[in-house]
Amino acid sequence: MVIPSGTNRTVTTAAPRLALTAISRHFGQVTALDGATLTAARGEVHALLGENGAGKSTLMKIAFGLDQPDAGTIDVDGRRSVIRTPRDAMALGIGMVQQHFALVDPMTVVENVALGGIDRFDLAATAARIRRLGAESGLALDPDARVSSLSVGAQQRLEIIKALARNAQVLILDEPTAVLSPTEAKDLLDWTRRFADAGGTVILIAHKLREILRIADRVTVLRRGKTVLTAAASDVTELLLAEAMLGATRTAAPVSQAKAPHASDGQPVLALVNVAAMDDFGVARITNATLTVHGGEIVGIAAIEGAGQRELLRVLAGRLAPSQGTATLPDAVGFVPEDRHRDALVLDATLTENLALRGAARRRGLMPWKTLDDSTQALLRDRDVRAANEHVAVRTLSGGNQQKFVLGRELAATPAALVIENPTRGLDIRATADVHAALRAARDAGTAVVVYSSDLDEVLLLADRVLVVAAGGVRDVGTDRDTVGLAMLDASP
Amino acid sequence: MPASMRVTRLLLEPVLAIMLSLVALAVLLAVSGYSVPAALSALWHGAFGSWAVLASGTLVRATPLLFAGLAVAVAFRAGILNIGAEGQLLAGAAAATAVAVTVSPQLGLAGAGLALVAGVAAGGLWAGIAAFLRQQFGVLEVISTIMLNVIMLHLTGLLVRGPLQEPTATFPQSALIDQALRLPRLVPGTRLHAGVVLAVCSALLVWWFLRSTARGFRLRMTGANPRAAASAGGIHVARVATSAFIASGAIAGLGGAVEVTGVTFALYENLSPGYGYTAIAVALLARLNPMAAIGSAVVFGALEAGAAAMQRDAQVPAGMVGVAEACVILVLLASEWIGARAGRISTLFWGGPPPTQHSVTPSAAVDPA
Repeated sequence: MVIPSGTNRTVTTAAPRLALTAISRHFGQVTALDGATLTAARGEVHALLGENGAGKSTLMKIAFGLDQPDAGTIDVDGRRSVIRTPRDAMALGIGMVQQHFALVDPMTVVENVALGGIDRFDLAATAARIRRLGAESGLALDPDARVSSLSVGAQQRLEIIKALARNAQVLILDEPTAVLSPTEAKDLLDWTRRFADAGGTVILIAHKLREILRIADRVTVLRRGKTVLTAAASDVTELLLAEAMLGATRTAAPVSQAKAPHASDGQPVLALVNVAAMDDFGVARITNATLTVHGGEIVGIAAIEGAGQRELLRVLAGRLAPSQGTATLPDAVGFVPEDRHRDALVLDATLTENLALRGAARRRGLMPWKTLDDSTQALLRDRDVRAANEHVAVRTLSGGNQQKFVLGRELAATPAALVIENPTRGLDIRATADVHAALRAARDAGTAVVVYSSDLDEVLLLADRVLVVAAGGVRDVGTDRDTVGLAMLDASP
Repeated sequence: MPASMRVTRLLLEPVLAIMLSLVALAVLLAVSGYSVPAALSALWHGAFGSWAVLASGTLVRATPLLFAGLAVAVAFRAGILNIGAEGQLLAGAAAATAVAVTVSPQLGLAGAGLALVAGVAAGGLWAGIAAFLRQQFGVLEVISTIMLNVIMLHLTGLLVRGPLQEPTATFPQSALIDQALRLPRLVPGTRLHAGVVLAVCSALLVWWFLRSTARGFRLRMTGANPRAAASAGGIHVARVATSAFIASGAIAGLGGAVEVTGVTFALYENLSPGYGYTAIAVALLARLNPMAAIGSAVVFGALEAGAAAMQRDAQVPAGMVGVAEACVILVLLASEWIGARAGRISTLFWGGPPPTQHSVTPSAAVDPA
């Protein structure tokens, strides 16, 4: 089927299967997409790359009707299309497998596929269809198995089968390999190749440059909501892609020079030797990590989303037991998790009660409320936390004050070590500066500080030493932004 | 927020709920063709008409309601939706009866004490089954406790027709507990017994425990946000929840034991007119505060006592009062719902959100995340 380009602005002669042109999307003050363009042809595996927050997921959500663009056009097979809902997208032959699966756990494979399908709800026909699709595609699944009994990899195959059962010609996979073991990941990528060779189109959001260059035909790179590179995979190198993602602006690294070099002459406080750690689903995220953090230094952790830093930080904080190896930790490690509402605070409890939470497990007898009230008042004063008094619920505080409160609580007993994850997410400039100052002050007081931020610049700004988490391990590659960026992507220069 | 305003705020909703429920009852009575003044007058006199009525009717009924209400409050505060106070109360009653009809009457009060201890153990054990299922297999306690209620009800029926049946083997009930093993009467000439003192003391003890002890603090934090309790506090939340569940059952079991040794003096199937279910309303009206549960139990005790009088003196079916009781819960839930959506209005009026001590809602307990 060859349709003249018509309104299409691309230079290909045949209309591309899917063309997203000059797409913009704003969330309040934040620009997620700023004229991004992506064109995917029939029979191609198209990789979509970009740093955290570059706009990849937003662009794909727009293609699948989960979000609406503020500006820009979508053409499917050369026809201008408006995709308001995923149902519209499916009708146009677009399917998507999101990072978080949309499956009904207690139901069977066949029920999940039949559910919300375009055809009549017919379990027997759907089961036959699953078997046929499985035989054709190699994505074999037992139609009668319950979803809750399936491995993560099998659940992902089910999501793909769901899309195929609805005649998806374009399949969008949002970081599909992030949840898979290396073998499963290889099988999946090989399958995308076969699917494309049979005339389908795959758009693959991914991070691992090596596997992308092995499998993809073409590559589009987004940076800060703009398309900065579109090329054939054979024309680019890992280095070129990494530079496109991170920005070629070779900053003269004013941030790392600005602070006095901080020699870590302190004692080793945290030590991991050959540690492996699994996530909540039992997938090994860290396979072999060895590192030491000394008192009086800030170690920055740099990693792309899902590289295992979440598990590494929790092992360091004593909140997750390593599945292998040894972790030598002090008695109590201060820990500030990124989701403070869920993991650090009891929002309806008072400030005093939230302060008392620290060490609550070991407390015996009566609660010394008077002393705790005094300590809370002192904390509010010392950390400049704005609250009416210590008896108000934490819920009434602003995000910045909540974070300063949590940080103050975790640092109150001058712990030997502090682990902090995305320390300033959602905070304004002033609160960010306060939190940074508090981390440096803790470092100067001799605490071993480990900080991870999804914003690489923040890591580089704070860290005396940077450790990169990639490929299940930890590497020290210095503090040069480009080198760190490449190491994060596990790319060879 | 000043203390006086806090008390006002604490009382406003419950009082409003009770008044709206009485209005609903009045409307229902009028629609059904009864004389509203006569019925409500009978209700009032049956509950508060005289010291004798207050003591023998309202307070005697408030006692098991307070025990069971405390049981529900403790569980809900820990994030456990224990709907099984009814079954745990019956388990306590059965065990206490078994002990009281077995031991020698010469033991006197010590024998009564033994019976109460047996009730505590049996209630805890009965809740422990649901606690075990919850922790080991993730069985929802709402389901398991309701089923255990039914099982206990029929188990009681079995006991009073078999091993515990009275000596003549004629009636489906146990032998009468010996005079010497009964709880002493507080006011001569009324049915008011020492159990009411025990109930009030239990309420004070639970209140103090939750407020002042480290264990109570861990229980509250586990209920309010188990993830933060585990991550920031290092609290073993599964263990805390299980202990709270068992303690909750033990309190309900004590209520059952007090009921047989203080009021009925025998075990029979319909020992509890749904005390364990009304207890949920008692706990919610008290906003899960053990001290407030004392007042809340008296309110529901009065409704139960008044309902009996209404049926007797104004020929109004006692079931009508059940409507009023249900209305209390509905109004409270509605005010939670409105409150959650009108936080700003509440801030406008009260200068801040409700005090946390009393703001642990069952909905928060269902889904702490």
